[in-house]
This record gives sequence, structure tokens and C-alpha cells, in this order.
Amino acid sequence: MDNLNFDQHISRQFNSDLEALKAHLLQMGGVVEQQLADCVESLEDADSGLAQKVLAAEVHSNNFEISIDEECTRILARRQPAASDLRMVLAVAKIVRDLERIGDESAKIAKMAIILSEQENSPRGYVEIRHIGSHVCHMVRDSLTAFARYDAELALAVAREDKEVDKEYSSAMREMITFMMEDPRTISRVLNILWALRSLERIGDHARNIAEQVIYLVKGKDARHLSLPEMEKLVQE
Amino acid sequence: MTAINANQHTMTTDYPEKTVGLPLVDDPKMSMRNVNVFYGEKQATFNVELDIAKHEVLAMIGPSGCGKSTLLRCLNRMNDTIVGCRVEGDISLEKENIYGGMDVVPLRARVGMVFQKPNPFPKSIYDNVAYGPRIHGLAHRRVEFDEIVETSLRRAGLWEEAKDRLDQPGTGLSGGQQQRLCIARTIAVNPEVILMDEPCSALDPIATAKIEELIAELSENYTIAIVTHSMQQAARVSQRTAYFHLGRLIEVNDTERVFTNPQHKLTEAYITGRFG
Repeated sequence: MDNLNFDQHISRQFNSDLEALKAHLLQMGGVVEQQLADCVESLEDADSGLAQKVLAAEVHSNNFEISIDEECTRILARRQPAASDLRMVLAVAKIVRDLERIGDESAKIAKMAIILSEQENSPRGYVEIRHIGSHVCHMVRDSLTAFARYDAELALAVAREDKEVDKEYSSAMREMITFMMEDPRTISRVLNILWALRSLERIGDHARNIAEQVIYLVKGKDARHLSLPEMEKLVQE
Repeated sequence: MTAINANQHTMTTDYPEKTVGLPLVDDPKMSMRNVNVFYGEKQATFNVELDIAKHEVLAMIGPSGCGKSTLLRCLNRMNDTIVGCRVEGDISLEKENIYGGMDVVPLRARVGMVFQKPNPFPKSIYDNVAYGPRIHGLAHRRVEFDEIVETSLRRAGLWEEAKDRLDQPGTGLSGGQQQRLCIARTIAVNPEVILMDEPCSALDPIATAKIEELIAELSENYTIAIVTHSMQQAARVSQRTAYFHLGRLIEVNDTERVFTNPQHKLTEAYITGRFG
């Protein structure tokens, strides 16, 4: 066998373009992850200052979205990537959207935190927020790690966790309804908590979307709209 | 950029024992079995097993010296004239072995070839196209020749540009037009298979686009095998792609598969430009 080095492109510039694309996506991931952690904390601690910080950070993630999209377009136009390089560019272009949405949902939660912090204290619903919040933060972090390491198994774990979050979300919903029935005066407040829970659940879905793109990137097969067993089969193939 | 070690259990940098993917098809137009080609002592291809399906466009890609052109030339015995070239194995056209005593002249009428550099005869456009039918006795009267010349030029997309200058020399056309003239000359004898050896590498992008368009149209009536150095071209024109590496047929798969998710690491390395 002749001496081959598969890790590097013949074109060093192409190599560094792809490296940069990956690095920028992970940077954006870092910004969004922080937004998410901060918004959950601001809700728990009724910290409107921290919530304002989350709102301010949205500009960053929006800018990242635009510049990474431009990078993808440029690589497609100038390099015509194929195979794993093509999948990388396509996956990044899709992951960027999900990250940006996670940023949006975090901003929504931060707005709820500001509204709730102005009302008198009532801890009801915070347990669920804390629980689902930490779960979802974990999923987002894992989905980004899976991307960074091309780890399809870890991506699969994220998809599994999303099922758990969905379950927790519906049980939290039932809980909130009980609160509202017990004491109708809390309805507007509990509704705000509900919106925040809804946003967290959506963030879980976005983390799952990212995980699906990681599976596509690594395995070359579309993992969207599959049941968990189907997805497991695809990853193990 | 680190390559994705996705299918580690299926991806290997060693040569596969057998070609990976789908090299064989049902009811092929041409088939190659265990083909070894030698130039003197040097072996150019190793046990190639490959089918070409009817009415498909098969692209053959790989780095220089991988044996793809050598193999293409075996398909109409163009290698016969090369001193020291020896072909082992079976190559058949419609189940008939082309090296088993088949007359090479009718074979080349059935399996035509278009070369890298347009090579029109130093004759008029008309005579370039009429030459084949004349020597193969496919036409006798002037009106018959007129008809063959017109249909061939039409099919090659050259009629509108050439109809008013049929008596002028073919060499006076532009490069792209000359190549289409050569295609017209090839299809004038009504072949079953057209072999193309880098037909666009001497052409500009617009002439290339016209030839590629033509390849798609021609595949309705003919079976086409094309050797190309342009991977984008392979991706654009073919239904299946065969990847060769140092005389070995590494992988054959649907073109879409090859360019989005190749099965073998060598294929991946070549099409992503990772040979270093």
C-alpha cells in the first residue's frame, strides 16, 4: 500500500476552511449553551439582571447564524465538497438553525423570568423547571460534544434523553393544571411557568435535531423522523 | 480537517478483496470478468469484475495511472494495436466474448469511441459523418447518406450550427463543435455502446455543458461508459460510478451514493481530495 495521508486535504486552504467552519459552530454552541444555562438560572433565582444578559446575548447568536451560513455558502460555491466534507457543510448549515432557535427559546424563557421576578414569590412549578432545565442543558451540551467528536453513539443518547424530557414535560403539564384548579388566582403566574416549560421542551427537540444531524454526518444516513429503535439500528449498522 | 472515521469496520485503507458496492447488474450490455491487462511485464489492471447496464451512463474515475483508460480501451479492443499489451479474462458484449474471434471492425461499429482531443478527419463535415456508414456499407444512395448525416448531426446537437457549411472542413469548427462532430461520427454507424475517454478535458465550460447535456440525451438510445478526471462531471452525468485505484476496481455504486457517502475509504479519500 502506498503512503497515504487521509487526514489532510491536498488543498491546505480547504482544510483550514473546514476547520474554521467547525470551530465557529462550536463557538456559537458555547454562546447558546451559556444563554440556556443563564435563562434557567434566572428563572429559578428570579434574577432579572441575569435574564437581561440572556436577552443581550441573542445578538451574538444571531450574528453567528448569519456568518456561519455565509461560510457554508462560500465553501459550497468555491470548493464543491463531496462525501464527508459535503455532509459536514450540510449538517453545519442545519445545526446552525437549531442553535439559533435554542437561543430564541432561551430569550423567551428569560422574558418569562423578568415577568415572574416582578411578581410576588410563589415557588410552585420551580421544581419542574429546575429538573427539565438541567436535563435539557445536558442534552444540548452532549449534542455539541457528539458533533465535535463525530460520536454517533452519544448523539443517540441525546435522542433517548429527548424521550425522557417529553415524558417529564407532560407530567409537569398535569401538575400545573392541578395547581391552577386548586387556586385560580395563580393561573396567570402558572401560565408563565408553563410557557417556560414549553420552551425548554422545544429546546430538547432542537438538541435532538442536532443529534440527528450528527448521525447523518457520521453515518451518511438520514436519521430524521425515525423511532428510537430504528435510529439505534442505523447507528449500529 | 480530520476525516470522519465513520464506518470503521467497513472502511479500510487496504485494497478490498472484492470490489465493494454493486459492480454487477442483471442483464448487462457489457461485462468484464477477471480482467487483467499487461503492458509487457507491467500489470495495469487486476481482476476487474464490472458490468455496464443497458442505457446507463457509467463513469469511471480515479487518479492518473489507475487503469481506467486502459480498461475502457479494452472494451472495443483499442489496445490490440499497442505492442506488448496483453488482455486476460473475459469481456463480453451481449454475452458474446469480444476477444473470442470476433471481428474487430464490426465490434468497433457496435462499440464506438470518443477521444480526449477532438480528432475530426481532414475532410468536410459531411464526409466526417458519412465515412463510417460508407465503409460499413450502411448506406448506398446519396439520399440515404444525407439522412444519416442529418440525424447524426441532430442527435449530436450540431445540425443547426453546421447545416449551412456541410462541405467545409471539419477541422475548421471550434473545439466543442469538433467534439460534437466526433460524437456525430460515432453515432452515424448506429453503435450500441459509446465509450468516452475524457471527452471534455480539452473544452471550455460551455462546450462541456453541451456535451454533458448530449450524454444525457444519448443515454436514451445508447449505453455509455465515460472516463473522466472531473469528479463533478462524473457526478453530473452518470448513474453509476466506478472508482479505480492503481489498477484495482475499488468501489462501484450509485453515483449519488459515491458522492455523498462512499463505502470505501479510498473512494472517500479520492473524491474529497485527501490524497496527500
